[in-house]
Amino acid sequence: MSEAERESMEFDVVIVGAGPAGLSAAIRLMQQAQAAEQELTVCVVEKGSEVGAHILSGAVIEPRALNELFPDWRDLGAPLKTAVTEDQIYLLKDADSARRIPNALAPKTMHNDGNYVASLGNLCRWLGERAEELGVEIFPGFAAAEVLYHDDGPLKGSVKGIATGDMGVTASGEQGPNYMPGMELHAKYTLFTEGCRGHLGKQLIEKFALDQDADPQHYGIGIKELWDIDPSKHQPGLVLHGAGWPLEGDTNGGFFLYHAEDNQVVVGLIIDLNYSNPWLSPFDEFQRMKHHPLFRQYLEGGKRVSYGARAITKGGFNSLPKMTMPGALLLGCDAGTLNFSKIKGTHTAMKSGMLGAEAVFEALAAGDEGSKDLTAFTDKFKSSWLYDDLFRSRNFGPAMHKFGTLLGGAFNFVDQNIFGGKIPFTLHDTRRDYAELKPASECKQIEYPKPDGKLSFDKLSSVFLSNTNHEEDQPCHLKLKDASIPLSINLPKWAEPAQRYCPAGVYEVVEDAQGKRFQINAQNCVHCKTCDIKDPSQNITWVTPEGGGGPTYPNM
Amino acid sequence: MKVLVTVKRVLDYNVKVRVKADRSDVDLANVKMALNPFCEIAVEEAIRLKEAGVATEVVVVSIGPKAVQEQIRTALALGADRGIQIETDTMPESLSVAKLLAKVVEEEQPGLVILGKQAIDSDNNQTGQMLAALTGLAQGTFASEVKVEGDEVLVTREVDGGLQTVGLKLPAIVTTDLRLNEPRYASLPNIMKAKKKPLDVKTPADLGVELRAHTELLSVEPPAERKGGIKVGSVAELVEKLKNEAKVI
Repeated sequence: MSEAERESMEFDVVIVGAGPAGLSAAIRLMQQAQAAEQELTVCVVEKGSEVGAHILSGAVIEPRALNELFPDWRDLGAPLKTAVTEDQIYLLKDADSARRIPNALAPKTMHNDGNYVASLGNLCRWLGERAEELGVEIFPGFAAAEVLYHDDGPLKGSVKGIATGDMGVTASGEQGPNYMPGMELHAKYTLFTEGCRGHLGKQLIEKFALDQDADPQHYGIGIKELWDIDPSKHQPGLVLHGAGWPLEGDTNGGFFLYHAEDNQVVVGLIIDLNYSNPWLSPFDEFQRMKHHPLFRQYLEGGKRVSYGARAITKGGFNSLPKMTMPGALLLGCDAGTLNFSKIKGTHTAMKSGMLGAEAVFEALAAGDEGSKDLTAFTDKFKSSWLYDDLFRSRNFGPAMHKFGTLLGGAFNFVDQNIFGGKIPFTLHDTRRDYAELKPASECKQIEYPKPDGKLSFDKLSSVFLSNTNHEEDQPCHLKLKDASIPLSINLPKWAEPAQRYCPAGVYEVVEDAQGKRFQINAQNCVHCKTCDIKDPSQNITWVTPEGGGGPTYPNM
Repeated sequence: MKVLVTVKRVLDYNVKVRVKADRSDVDLANVKMALNPFCEIAVEEAIRLKEAGVATEVVVVSIGPKAVQEQIRTALALGADRGIQIETDTMPESLSVAKLLAKVVEEEQPGLVILGKQAIDSDNNQTGQMLAALTGLAQGTFASEVKVEGDEVLVTREVDGGLQTVGLKLPAIVTTDLRLNEPRYASLPNIMKAKKKPLDVKTPADLGVELRAHTELLSVEPPAERKGGIKVGSVAELVEKLKNEAKVI
């Protein structure tokens, strides 16, 4: 699509992604505009078919940012209804036994008094309604496919906005019968809030070298299921966390099981993507984990309702890139504001959005024509509780990676509970996640048990529950830089780990009469971005498919 | 000529339908809702008639709670001119829907009414036919082609034996089948414009219709779980298993 044919629309602010960061930013912008009785046009584009369709999180939510955004959120009916009643922390020793860690010995950041078990998808649906009431234009089903830059004049090189993807392009790249070209959305400021490993955020980080003073970013993959359980086993507000079995060796991660409302529990496993064994399959680790008595006691006799997976930006403070650039801000998990010591990113993402909105609004109210590098944001960020929250947890992840779960946990106890996160030195984790994979021949092959269809399931029946769909006749949205690498390098060296790290069965090495072939089932993709992160050859680039495609998560 | 199009808000076709734990109904809490695909085809056909200069105005009507305004706005974004919501918190059955629509037809006097042949939630396939009976208008159901010629509309119907073309005197009622057209996408500027298009809200009482339930929903059961199959090594083994295990031959 040449730019000449595209129509364009002008807004004061364009926001990419209707997640907690983007919606909080939109709401904060409008609140300020109304208070100042100023006209402001704000537009949010969202690749999911509706707000919340692509949102997946645990979640235990700390309401700090929401308290600031809507002090009366309870009266307004925000879907945070289940207050945490009890924290339980376990170390799983093997397939049958677990040791409960007394709460007094757990890092303080793992305590959840005052927090809520909630569906982040539903919180985003609610925030979306509030934003629309305030006059924000939200466009679900429109994916921001490219960043637009000013290409001449004094603003040259600054972010001009985004373009949405073309619709109705066939698999061979031609214009189909219902073809509709993308739109250019121009803005004085564009806020990128795509979530973990946003595909535009990744380009911005590279173009503006935003991460030049930061440690490499680190990621995890979170896999989650929603279950209806036997009402007699249900204890609303009970929150379980822990680590250990089935993960072993240098594979770090942790599980969660939360009792939500309506006799539902959510259960999930987060695995750090710096694991080294290419035979590891996060999906299968999660499936077998559920057979442990700790989970079985709740899930047995229940029914799985939904399934999903999403990568998590977990590098925290040390990996946080510069969040400002001319004409744009990078916010929330797109930058990496998740607090890993609390395993929470919602309150921090929301706060980063609100701070971004304040910086943008103040600039515009003072007559700024846009396209500046809003360093005022950085000052606001540094003097906020968000900065403090992230600073205190800066050692948490690196300690776990350096010392392992037990010693790392002990370090974190000392750092968090005795020094309040301000131990006077900083641990760094400077190796990229994808570079940690060892050759398959040097690693133990893992035999996963077959799913029983009751507690554990196969990948395809799982993806089915994520309500994932993509228009079939469209170009593949998982681009290989070099199509030969999967078979020529990844297969012999790492037994092509994409077959295992993808939680949706997108990647397959199939063998038929013509020999081996690398097959990409892009229709299954749940938009978790793990392939873009973990491919050891960094050969896979995730780009946006046609808007509206992907999972349709309910209550996730 | 004015074209009246009906639209229904239903569970999105990508969403896996779940039955509530107490079996009282389908669980619709926080699941994605969308425009019924057959209604979307009806909207597209009306817009094409307008683009071809046959229709002068496209009016969209939907029945349900405030949320159905979302689907009316979608139709307006696709190109319809104005909307009517008949507000009710119940989910009226086909006959009540047809009675309400008959009143709208009486008020609006459209030259053509286009409906989806059925909604993908209840799969009744009744409303179009009932509306034809109540209004006394001619009906062309399961349309795969619609051509207006003078005071007549030629409707090609998908029937069991192939295609049947009927000529209906206008005003008439058409229900759409899948192959009638491929709906377009709504563009961003049109979605914004749709927010400003007129949308009237009426109640069944305004139209003088009393909603009555003729059926009662007793319970909803999910389909039985399929059991996994097995692989057999030979034809002989297959025959043996069909005979002795499945006992079907």
